[in-house]
Amino acid sequence: MKRYSALALLKAGLTGQRGWEQAWRDPEPKKSYDIIIIGGGGHGLATAYYLAKVHGLRNIAVLEKGWIGGGNTGRNTTIVRSNYRQKPLHDLFDFALDLWEGMSDALNFNVMFSPRGALFLGHSDGDMTVLAQRGDALRCDGIDADLLTRAQVQKLVPLLDMAPDARFPIHGGLIQRRGGTARHDAVAWGYARAADALGVDVIQKCEVTGFAMTGGRVSGVATTRGPIAAGRVGICVAGNSGPVAAFAGLQLPIEAQTLQAFVTEPVKPMIDTVIMSQSLHCYISQSDKGGIVLGGDPDQFPSYAQRGLPPRIEKAAAEAIALVPALSRLRMVRCWAGTTDMSFDGSPILSALPVDGLYLNGGWCYGGFKATPASGWCYAHVLATGDNHPLAAPFAFDRFVRGATIDEAGVGVLPQLR
Amino acid sequence: MLQIDCPYCGARAQSEFSYERTLDSIVTVEMPANEAVRRLYARANPRGFDDELWRHAFGCRQWLVLRRHRQTHEITSVAAFDPALHR
Ligand SMILES: Cc1cc2nc3c(=O)[nH]c(=O)nc-3n(C[C@H](O)[C@H](O)[C@H](O)COP(=O)(O)OP(=O)(O)OC[C@H]3O[C@@H](n4cnc5c(N)ncnc54)[C@H](O)[C@@H]3O)c2cc1C
Ligand SMILES: [Zn+2]
Repeated sequence: MKRYSALALLKAGLTGQRGWEQAWRDPEPKKSYDIIIIGGGGHGLATAYYLAKVHGLRNIAVLEKGWIGGGNTGRNTTIVRSNYRQKPLHDLFDFALDLWEGMSDALNFNVMFSPRGALFLGHSDGDMTVLAQRGDALRCDGIDADLLTRAQVQKLVPLLDMAPDARFPIHGGLIQRRGGTARHDAVAWGYARAADALGVDVIQKCEVTGFAMTGGRVSGVATTRGPIAAGRVGICVAGNSGPVAAFAGLQLPIEAQTLQAFVTEPVKPMIDTVIMSQSLHCYISQSDKGGIVLGGDPDQFPSYAQRGLPPRIEKAAAEAIALVPALSRLRMVRCWAGTTDMSFDGSPILSALPVDGLYLNGGWCYGGFKATPASGWCYAHVLATGDNHPLAAPFAFDRFVRGATIDEAGVGVLPQLR
Repeated sequence: MLQIDCPYCGARAQSEFSYERTLDSIVTVEMPANEAVRRLYARANPRGFDDELWRHAFGCRQWLVLRRHRQTHEITSVAAFDPALHR
């Protein structure tokens, strides 16, 4: 792998930008691999990279039915933060945040991680109490959290409607300054390129259509490009977790739902932090290209359609405009949808499955992009060693039967209430 | 948006309705614990048809059973929910 650097860019600039090598190979699938990862999203590619980098394994393939990063990785609103209320969650996500901070260097690929601060708005005394409790829980575990007064929020985001009769009055906020955004595609590409350089086969246009079983154990996969044998197989397909697990006769505590996002025409910098309201479920940030990226609620019923309902966009836009009235002047240029893997406690599943040789990384709901590096790290650990990484141990598949769910929203088994 | 043909009210916009759960995940009080856990936490979650419990929440508030395709959204039947039939 030729390293990217300022000098390389300068040289190529003087020679007509020729001589850049392909970022990753386009290999034919081999007959057999030690480990196969199904799904070439950020999580699958990060897993492959850490299997090679941390565990020294080389005979690994990532099988992707479409193109890498074409799933939720390339459709998400890229908010990165670790300020979850519960310890198993914030420990896992904070490990991710540590890895985000060094990712561009580690991968030699600019993932444009931009720790511009992730701000939750509080709209009432009740909201402020909840935010203060959350901040306390985070600080007890050494994770940064600052409770902001109304005046501090106003200073940070001058365009917010702070009028006394605002539709959603703002009482204050909670900010994680280390949080922010990253370039979603670059995360997939950076991991793919770095994994490829270590010998991992990243195989696109290769859909897994079944499992080969030998003596009750998974011994390979059936694909649209023929059968491939494997020592261990890791499912990492986000919204498609149910159908892929069904190939092995398993049913999961996961339901697929549509989540949409949309973006406005690009404008000069107007919002330089990530604004979120969990009471409203609306989030706003400005991309480096200048578009205002917005998102809201999932469609709240099962769907694989990858296209969503207009009322969700309407609601998110109405809330965003009420919060930042200047947004009403902008035109929406695109909206899109992804199929999220809504788990039944809102937390991911990251462990072996009750079929030998088969593992699951899924159930990230609408919030797994921020976890990408930690998810890959922990999944690589269990795939390489057979044991769950300590940070992933609370997220084992059997927690539902044990009654040990990790339910941040406290709403139980109905994902549409999250 | 989908259009759902409520047997009580006629065709209405989907935003009047709310999805509850799949028909095979209804848990009754007298159910043994292991069966209740299975029904709560194991879903077929197919990329195809499934039978679903919905409610005309912002209409007549009746419970309904929909057979709906989860990729194409095709709805092949909407029926009144009969608790005696689904335990
Ligand atoms: C609109 C939207 C906004 C979001 N916003 C945020 C956010 O702001 N912050 C955040 O942290 N998270 C967010 N998320 C969630 C986040 O995008 C996901 O949790 C995360 O990207 C999942 O990554 P992944 O690699 O597991 O899945 P994906 O990127 O979806 O990758 C899975 C891959 O598996 C492939 N695949 C599926 N079936 C098969 C098969 N049978 N054979 C081979 N390949 C297969 C798919 O083609 C896909 O490329 C959002 C999601 C959506 C949809
Ligand atoms: Zn009705």
